[in-house]
Amino acid sequence: MMVPALLGLAFLVLPVVAVLLRTPWSALPHQLARPEVLESLRLSLVSAVLATAICLLLGVPLAWVLARSELRGRGLVRALVTVPLVLPPVVGGVALLLLLGRRGVLGQYLDAWFGISLPFSTAAVVIAEAFVAMPFLVISVEGALRAADRRYDDAAATLGASRWLTFHRVTLPLVAPGVAAGAALSFARALGEFGATITFAGNFPGVTRTMPLSVYLALETDPEAAIVLSVVLLVVSVLVLATLRGRWLSGVPR
Amino acid sequence: MQPHDVCRARTPRRVTIASAAIGLVCVLSAAGCADGPGPGPASSPGASGSSHVGGTVTVFAAASLTGTFTALGHAFEAAHPGTAVRLSFAGSSALAQQILAGAPVDVFAAASPETMSQVTGAAPTGRAVPVVFARNRLEIAVPAGNPGHVTGLVDLTKPALRIALCAPQVPCGAAAASVFVAAGLTPAPDTLEQDVKAVLTKVELGEVDAGLVYRTDVIAGGDAVQGIDFPQSSAAVTEDPIVVLPDAPNPTAAEAFVALVRSAQGRTVLSAAGFDVG
Amino acid sequence: MTGLHARVGVERPGFTLDLPLDAAPGEVVALLGPNGAGKTTALRALAGLVPLTSGLVELDGVPLDDPARDVFVRAEDRPLGMVFQDYLLFPHLTALENVAFGPRARGTARTAAREQARSWLARVGLAEVASAHPSALSGGQAQRVALARALVTEPRLLLLDEPLAALDAVTRLVVRSDLRRHLAEFAGTTVLVTHDPVDAMVLADRLVVIEDGRVVQAGAPTEVARAPRTEYVARLVGLNLVRGTAQGTTVRLVGGGVLHVSEPAEGEVLVAFAPTAVALHRDRPTAGSPRNTWEGRIDGMDQHADVIRVSVDSQPPVLADVTTAAVADLDLTPGARVFATLKATETQVYPA
Repeated sequence: MMVPALLGLAFLVLPVVAVLLRTPWSALPHQLARPEVLESLRLSLVSAVLATAICLLLGVPLAWVLARSELRGRGLVRALVTVPLVLPPVVGGVALLLLLGRRGVLGQYLDAWFGISLPFSTAAVVIAEAFVAMPFLVISVEGALRAADRRYDDAAATLGASRWLTFHRVTLPLVAPGVAAGAALSFARALGEFGATITFAGNFPGVTRTMPLSVYLALETDPEAAIVLSVVLLVVSVLVLATLRGRWLSGVPR
Repeated sequence: MQPHDVCRARTPRRVTIASAAIGLVCVLSAAGCADGPGPGPASSPGASGSSHVGGTVTVFAAASLTGTFTALGHAFEAAHPGTAVRLSFAGSSALAQQILAGAPVDVFAAASPETMSQVTGAAPTGRAVPVVFARNRLEIAVPAGNPGHVTGLVDLTKPALRIALCAPQVPCGAAAASVFVAAGLTPAPDTLEQDVKAVLTKVELGEVDAGLVYRTDVIAGGDAVQGIDFPQSSAAVTEDPIVVLPDAPNPTAAEAFVALVRSAQGRTVLSAAGFDVG
Repeated sequence: MTGLHARVGVERPGFTLDLPLDAAPGEVVALLGPNGAGKTTALRALAGLVPLTSGLVELDGVPLDDPARDVFVRAEDRPLGMVFQDYLLFPHLTALENVAFGPRARGTARTAAREQARSWLARVGLAEVASAHPSALSGGQAQRVALARALVTEPRLLLLDEPLAALDAVTRLVVRSDLRRHLAEFAGTTVLVTHDPVDAMVLADRLVVIEDGRVVQAGAPTEVARAPRTEYVARLVGLNLVRGTAQGTTVRLVGGGVLHVSEPAEGEVLVAFAPTAVALHRDRPTAGSPRNTWEGRIDGMDQHADVIRVSVDSQPPVLADVTTAAVADLDLTPGARVFATLKATETQVYPA
């Protein structure tokens, strides 16, 4: 067990180690001081947080339906939920354009009726990130709900709790670790999102240029800067995830 | 074109797994494929003294050359039975990075002399001197019907219109910057795309009212896009250089391929795609 | 009509529960039965966690479940409290929050709910663990928190599912007597599910024994204990039970053999006698008053409190309680040949 486990770890960690080994650390302060770097870092964090919030808002109920309802065709729904996982992100971005773009299936009405045009906006970044990240949340929360003891719901019902009260006062706290894990995965996925974002939201500094886009463009002209930016993104995501996980999980006994 | 497809063509009737494995070998060493069991004559790096064209020639070409070089690759294979052209298309700078990282490549066709110089160095000599085989110029691409009523470069400065440009870090973006400077205009883009095809896609889908792309892209876009020429485009004529790399595993075939690109046949294909070969 | 009036009908593939159950306010009814008899299903049906497929549940004259008339009041809208077998205290809430959950869910303001919870925790003697999470509570404490949680809303129907099963023997003794006191003070109807006869005897006013989804015996604990009607009940209450046809004081047993009894009877009868009334001998007793003697082999011995319960494979098979000293004196071991005797006066005869 140990040998393949170590190999697995090495497989995951060594590429990152290689990045760290080749990082021109002396360039780090300079890069971090560049306003456009800070701007795209801020945009990345804000949009990833918002995307995670959307994932929670929509993904948790979806997971609940998948885990608890007697809905017919749940298997199909579950398969559909995982579609963004198998879809190449760029294709996901095109799909979002075809749906929500100015001439998209829904987007044309948003544009015509409300004057709302999503592409090339920060909202589009959030949508693209939520699209690719939500399956992680749904799968993780559904697993937690399946593993949770449903008799707690019964106990809450005999105490007079409505389904909604039971859900948010009993069920949700019981699966909090699963929700936290799912949210962390979604956040991580959203933070690193590139393909769907650049396709659906485009790339404009301060509006839609997140860190991964900055990294990609830096790679065109200044590979060294790209490595530094990658390290910044890496460090920030590790820090955020460690903090969030620690905080969420400590709220629940055991 | 998938690498192993090429190999399968050279090793008929081999089981798929074997050909996939050989495909992998091809990736690791371009010459390995030519040494494999196939109908063509064996050709190894050491056999470059012979003028016989054979084996596999690996070509890295800028994404803008996808259509033309695919056609030329087929033409080359037809003209030299037993040879295989392995083509890899991507952004020039990504290809340059791969070559610098040691990818075994015979021919490199870039979308700009700057990118080319990343590979060849500032002062190349002999065979390693790139030659410009095609020129391309920018055109304004608008969706079919021109919903934004775009007529010239000045329209691209209007914030009310949706405008897509290439990011300044990539060649088409640099070219765009040059024409705006030449015109004395400040563009108002909504997005700075990572490559010219992404700009074209946004135009095709009607997500933007106008984008700056190469003339070749307008032609490739077919009916979904219309091109609008503008005089300042002459300020940023891009040059596509091609070179046989010094470390080419199959220099003979590489030379022959470059010759084909520069031949009358090659020029016909290129100019049909919108390149300026004059 | 006040109290519980129910006929619990639940049909599932391979299982049918049909249980008439009536209980007055203040009354404690114990549902007793082997595993799989349908006790817990009955309780869940009363709670509204399982819908009836037939029958009726009415509480204080209000129909709660009546499939024929399409009436179904959901669990959260029934005036009931329930204590689950492993309590199901919410692990993320403190003891106080657990108890306050019911009043909060039923619309009591936060402060008032916490006040009620605090007073109930005090009532079950747990004021000091109010801020502890369930994982920090002992089994007995958790049971009492669960009871307080069920009672704080002043339900009209209290449902207890194996309330003492998860406790060790010593704790059980204490908690059982506490529970008895609380049940005595409780004004509503209590239905208790257990497979432990002692719990049933101590806590219930009336026993309803179910086997295989049907009632096999019902009555006051003493009645049931004195005159079990099935093998299961007899074993529960610790009696030997045989079935036969009586002619005067002679009973021909169903499984073969004859039993002499003191009270004359006619027809199909059940005969019960305590294991303590059975004496064991290594040699055939030649003299003495016992009218009944069987020969058989010992096929099992169990320590039972301060006696050894010996199972004798004879006709009929009997259980005999003997002292440890007697076991040693007679050298009783499994497989040994013994004679069992029983005085006719020690038997209970009642119609089958």
